Amino acid sequence: MEKFSTHTGIGVPLRQSNVDTDQIIPAVYLKRITRTGFEDALFASWRKNPEFILNQEPFNAGSVLVAGADFGTGSSREHAVWALKDYGFKAVLSSRFADIFRGNSGKQGLVAAEVAQDDIELIWKVLEHAPGTEVTVDLVAKMVTAGSVVAPFQIDDYTRWRLLEGLDDIGLTLRDEPAITAFEATRPSFKPTTLPAKS
Amino acid sequence: MTEATTPDAQGSAQTPSAPRRAAKTLAEKVWRDHVVKQGEGAGDAAQPDLLYIDLHLVHEVTSPQAFEGLRLAGRPLRRPDLTIATEDHNTPTLAIDKPIADLTSRTQIQTLRNNCKEFGVRLHSLGDAEQGIVHVVGPQLGLTQPGMTVVCGDSHTSTHGAVGALAFGIGTSEVEHVMATQTLPLKPFKTMAVNVEGTLRPGVSSKDIILAIIAKIGTGGGQGYVLEYRGSAIRALSMDARMTICNMSIEAGARAGMIAPDETTFEFLKGRPHAPAGADWDAAVEYWKSLATEGDAEFDAEVFLDANRLEPFVTWGTNPGQGVSLNDAVPSPESFGDENAKAAAERALAYMDLEAGTPMKDIRVDTVFLGSCTNSRIEDLRAAADIIRGREKDPNVRMMVVPGSARVRLEAEAEGLDQVFLDFGAEWRFAGCSMCLGMNPDQLEPGERCASTSNRNFEGRQGKGGRTHLVSPVVAAATAVRGTLSSPSDLEPAASASTSASNVA
Repeated sequence: MEKFSTHTGIGVPLRQSNVDTDQIIPAVYLKRITRTGFEDALFASWRKNPEFILNQEPFNAGSVLVAGADFGTGSSREHAVWALKDYGFKAVLSSRFADIFRGNSGKQGLVAAEVAQDDIELIWKVLEHAPGTEVTVDLVAKMVTAGSVVAPFQIDDYTRWRLLEGLDDIGLTLRDEPAITAFEATRPSFKPTTLPAKS
Repeated sequence: MTEATTPDAQGSAQTPSAPRRAAKTLAEKVWRDHVVKQGEGAGDAAQPDLLYIDLHLVHEVTSPQAFEGLRLAGRPLRRPDLTIATEDHNTPTLAIDKPIADLTSRTQIQTLRNNCKEFGVRLHSLGDAEQGIVHVVGPQLGLTQPGMTVVCGDSHTSTHGAVGALAFGIGTSEVEHVMATQTLPLKPFKTMAVNVEGTLRPGVSSKDIILAIIAKIGTGGGQGYVLEYRGSAIRALSMDARMTICNMSIEAGARAGMIAPDETTFEFLKGRPHAPAGADWDAAVEYWKSLATEGDAEFDAEVFLDANRLEPFVTWGTNPGQGVSLNDAVPSPESFGDENAKAAAERALAYMDLEAGTPMKDIRVDTVFLGSCTNSRIEDLRAAADIIRGREKDPNVRMMVVPGSARVRLEAEAEGLDQVFLDFGAEWRFAGCSMCLGMNPDQLEPGERCASTSNRNFEGRQGKGGRTHLVSPVVAAATAVRGTLSSPSDLEPAASASTSASNVA
């Protein structure tokens, strides 16, 4: 995973709450077996509407999505994060993220920054008043800046550390392999195994 | 309905982590018993715990990139004997003996078959008697048991919490992590008690309980929490009904939903293929009984629902929290105080092509879908069959019945339920996720309206431009009879009601 410290790019105001992962990437695009190339799938349904924000310049070149509350609800599909990243987004700002989406973002180097709703509203106004305004997401200071608006954001310390260091989770866990093996030795015999299959 | 405390509306803590305290609730005890290595620190600054995973369920959609990751890193799959795969999301529900027509679907399923072979994972393929929706197959085989940790790259993994397991959905990176290490680094979830007391009235079911809870706490209300469903109304439910409730925990934003194991649970598990037997059974039951939440346990939040007053519930909007009693009308966006909720309601009504003030029971549907990991178990099929038996389907309604697993289909056919559905004019399909998300050909046409026993009424979920109303199996069945959203109590007496199992008692 690439290290992330700070990013500055065009902010995209998405004035909508409850943006579920079915909207971020419809199920029909989940049939692919690759991990990249999902940029065409991002908000595929909504992008058919010429009025949609990502169909307007300069927002189509945006890299910081500023969304309403409860972003990423519903399905666990990590494809939602891949689609945002493949399109070019580096960070999403919302006052509340669905748990699985936030977890998936952290694994993939997309910053899910939790910003108070009042600040989200202020940033929306800035971006709508001056389209193309750049938003800076500073992971070191845990601050976002958009024009005259400067606001703190929250992200849990462990995820922040991993993003700053660009660390791979599996590699970290495998350092504790002896503890996993020791734990397995204590597993009660009544717990099931899938093999051999019984019917 | 009264409410003592609710989760903080703004969800201020970004990653929920409860302060460390002695494990007294069901969720905390199961967590405690799976900690391989406790994270250092406390509160938001805490490192995650390394949690052992007892069972990893795999399907074709969220696994290919994880298997590929293992291959690229040269890592083995650590515990094939704690892993099981099934084909469900993409599979057709007609002509399953023929090659899958959609090339990308076929490729994805073939990829799962190749990966399972390469990594030694047990797979139940299309045509196999144990194939079906992953969340129906696990409990059916007795593989999901109380006190276990269960994960799957699917948000409806919460279903398995009905047996008292800590079960939750994960993303593909985590799928790879579990494959490689059989663990996940996680911060403890907060706990919420969902108390449902009283007795359900006839025609009201567990689906109505969970839809009412989601409408009450909202799609983000459970964020960061494990919900524990408790109270006399929950205790009275069968296992199939409990699974419906736990299944939709994610629709309230919760990571997981659980119900303490009791005699109903033990009765359900006993004799299943992978349930413990002999001395192991006794040891297991003793352990399972020790997991129940203690009397002096504290929850981080608590909500209450009065089962006595509950009516059949239905959604009117485009998220599962936008629901009302079936006897109510489509709400006015003006009735929502918050500007964002008002805008969301306006948008939902436009998408759903509904006008505020329209009685829900006046809404005409084109399709009825009985299926999905929420409501496709044998009891769901029986309940719907009891409603339609001896009655005629509205000629303008198409009804599709999709059993949750090949085993459920066989069981239903042994009871003659298939004939009840076919006589009524419904389609009797093969097992899979089907029209819940329309990854296979089972989709709504643009503008089509559907009463669906599934779990999500998102825009386009059941097919581009499709409109979904979430309902229980008996409401789905009554709706198929009348053509408009209906509860069983709206129906005229059936022509040959004497054959109805519900009237035998």
